[in-house]
Amino acid sequence: MEQKNKYSIIIPTYNERLNIALIVYLIFKHLRGVDFEIIVVDDGSPDGTQEVVKQLQKLYGEDRVLLRPRPKKLGLGTAYIHGLKHASGNFVVIMDADLSHHPKYLLSFIKKQVETGASIVTGTRYVKGGGVHGWNLMRKLTSRGANVLAQTLLWPGVSDLTGSFRLYRKSVLEDVISSCVSKGYVFQMEMIVRASRKGYHIEEVPITFVDRVFGSSKLGGSEIVEYLKGLAYLLVTT
Amino acid sequence: MKHVLKIFSLLLVISALWIGLLQASIMPQSHTWLLPIYFIVSLGCYGLLMVGVGLMRFPTCPQEALLLQQDIAEAKGFLKQSGVDVGCK
Repeated sequence: MEQKNKYSIIIPTYNERLNIALIVYLIFKHLRGVDFEIIVVDDGSPDGTQEVVKQLQKLYGEDRVLLRPRPKKLGLGTAYIHGLKHASGNFVVIMDADLSHHPKYLLSFIKKQVETGASIVTGTRYVKGGGVHGWNLMRKLTSRGANVLAQTLLWPGVSDLTGSFRLYRKSVLEDVISSCVSKGYVFQMEMIVRASRKGYHIEEVPITFVDRVFGSSKLGGSEIVEYLKGLAYLLVTT
Repeated sequence: MKHVLKIFSLLLVISALWIGLLQASIMPQSHTWLLPIYFIVSLGCYGLLMVGVGLMRFPTCPQEALLLQQDIAEAKGFLKQSGVDVGCK
């Protein structure tokens, strides 16, 4: 029995006029034969991102590349909710616009979901077959330390909690996102932990992550405090 | 059941076992009193070990950066031809 699946790829953007064109090209290259749409949620970028998206719409069709902008930066969680409102697929993919997430992995997400019937497929950078490029030792140390702490406290059932390259069944995303209140990467953690607590079937796929923001990932004291606060919040409320 | 309650009940069970050991006097009292400290220290050591091992085996992918550069060049070429503005960045 052929199941007709359509994939809505939501990409929040802010000042990504070059990357959005590259990413749309790569998605079309790697998802030939797949029924999908790309929903660009741009938060009023001053660099002309929306103009580039309009050119992409002329090239690829307005039914494949959707521009659903917002007036200003309103946060990631609400960007997903906004994108969801316009999604016509039964599956939703969320990914970053800066090419740290490579569209070539989209097929492996889809395959994994079809094979296992999972409700969520999340990309993990921390297993064999996956990986990170562009992180120095300090960054890796904090990442690993944060991960061990989160695993010990939360028993989340996934190896990469802060990753934001994920495939969700649309109904599942709607359900989980309505109960999440955090911001930033804690939001990503909250999503996957809440989904895990609700008993949704979650699978993982190795992905590679090329950090595009050279040198600016300064994990200072305040970031660490935010993370610990987020962990404590998740520990108590999930 | 909320996750924090799960952890709570686990700690409760461990505490009950510890009190049981204290009362049953299978091992010398002085040792039994120190068991929680041993437990916490071993937990800490285990955590540090996991961080260290994870750090050593941290998967990296330098070749991906190269592949990405190739993909970017290919994309730019196609898009320029098709009239999409990919200049100036």
